[in-house]
Amino acid sequence: DNTATARDNWTELLVRIAEHRDQSAFAALFRHFGPRVRSYLMKSGASPTMAEEAMQEAMAAVWHKAHLFNPTKASATTWIFTVARNKRIDAIRQQKRPEPEELPWAMSETPEQEEEVARMEESKLLAEAIGKLPERQQKLIRLAYFGEMSHSEIAADTGLPIGTIKSRIRLGLERLRYEMSTKTV
Amino acid sequence: MTVKHHLTEPLLMAYAAGTLPEAFDLVVASHVSLCDSCRAAVEGFEALGGAVLEDMTEDLDLSDASLEATMALIAAGPAEEPAPIAVRDPVLPGPLVQYVGGGLDAVKWRSLGRGVKQAILPTGSDEATARLLYIPAGMAMPEHGHGGMELTLVLQGAFADEDDRFARGDVEIGTEDMEHTPVAEMGADCICLAATTAPLQFKGLVPRMLQPIFRI
Ligand SMILES: [Zn+2]
Ligand SMILES: [Zn+2]
Repeated sequence: DNTATARDNWTELLVRIAEHRDQSAFAALFRHFGPRVRSYLMKSGASPTMAEEAMQEAMAAVWHKAHLFNPTKASATTWIFTVARNKRIDAIRQQKRPEPEELPWAMSETPEQEEEVARMEESKLLAEAIGKLPERQQKLIRLAYFGEMSHSEIAADTGLPIGTIKSRIRLGLERLRYEMSTKTV
Repeated sequence: MTVKHHLTEPLLMAYAAGTLPEAFDLVVASHVSLCDSCRAAVEGFEALGGAVLEDMTEDLDLSDASLEATMALIAAGPAEEPAPIAVRDPVLPGPLVQYVGGGLDAVKWRSLGRGVKQAILPTGSDEATARLLYIPAGMAMPEHGHGGMELTLVLQGAFADEDDRFARGDVEIGTEDMEHTPVAEMGADCICLAATTAPLQFKGLVPRMLQPIFRI
């Protein structure tokens, strides 16, 4: 199977879980993502006990929903983030998550294998690009994902007007976009 | 269909991060169902979320008991989830069909007088309210300021205010300091999804509502 060589480790593990209910693949995935998901949930406002519990539920959902993972649409890391985020909304915020309608014609010109590699590459480049941002901007991006503070709370805390915070985040994203476009061309 | 008025980047990012009140999530999910460029942006912000997750550095210790407990959860089977409603509606995008419990004919409208109707959609948070609004063609929406933020997504017909025109798929973003008088265009009656952080502060609700403004 020559697609396996192009795949990253996490994608391969998720596919093994989906197709073969492979427990050792799950254990490897769990050791990497379990603690990260738990740490993300704690940063998002869960107590350590609640975060551990919600993490276990999220990782169990990764197992049960593995067949819904589509490597041409998202990298494994991105997909696991969305599962963890939905658990956060459900367990911590106690809300439902309205999802967009699926595209009725998901026809792509690009072969599936290329799409899959593209998603993987994008994720890798994004991670590298974030790493290169000034610490302050990295922190703002994380805060936005943890929902730790609203824009206005960040502004009140730092004495900066909201517009400045927003444009800092936007600037960070523009830099990311620039990094991505110069690397992928 | 060409969408002209989109969601802002911070709103799309907050939707991807899962930090918005449910009523706003519903507007974003409905707009994204009709708008490919915002869909692409949400997917980008989800990838950014993946990078944030990958980058977590604190409290990464893990016990064997944790994996064992998760395997036990897995053995107990998947969590029950209600089956999605498989109705396709020409006016209501998929996420709204789920909240209404069917297509447009399943909406439980309440009359506000003169043909104007609304239906509040129950959400799990009281930070913001979601409602469907039905405004007959040619009728003005009441003049109002906004207590907080208001997102209005047009689903059918069109409305125009002092500055702009909004048709199917367009989102109008109302902020605190904004006052305007949207009017439904002649032609099809206007149906919108509106999410507000605080109750709209209507000024003279009833009299305004009784004055349809005809645009020719
Ligand atoms: Zn859009
Ligand atoms: Zn308004």
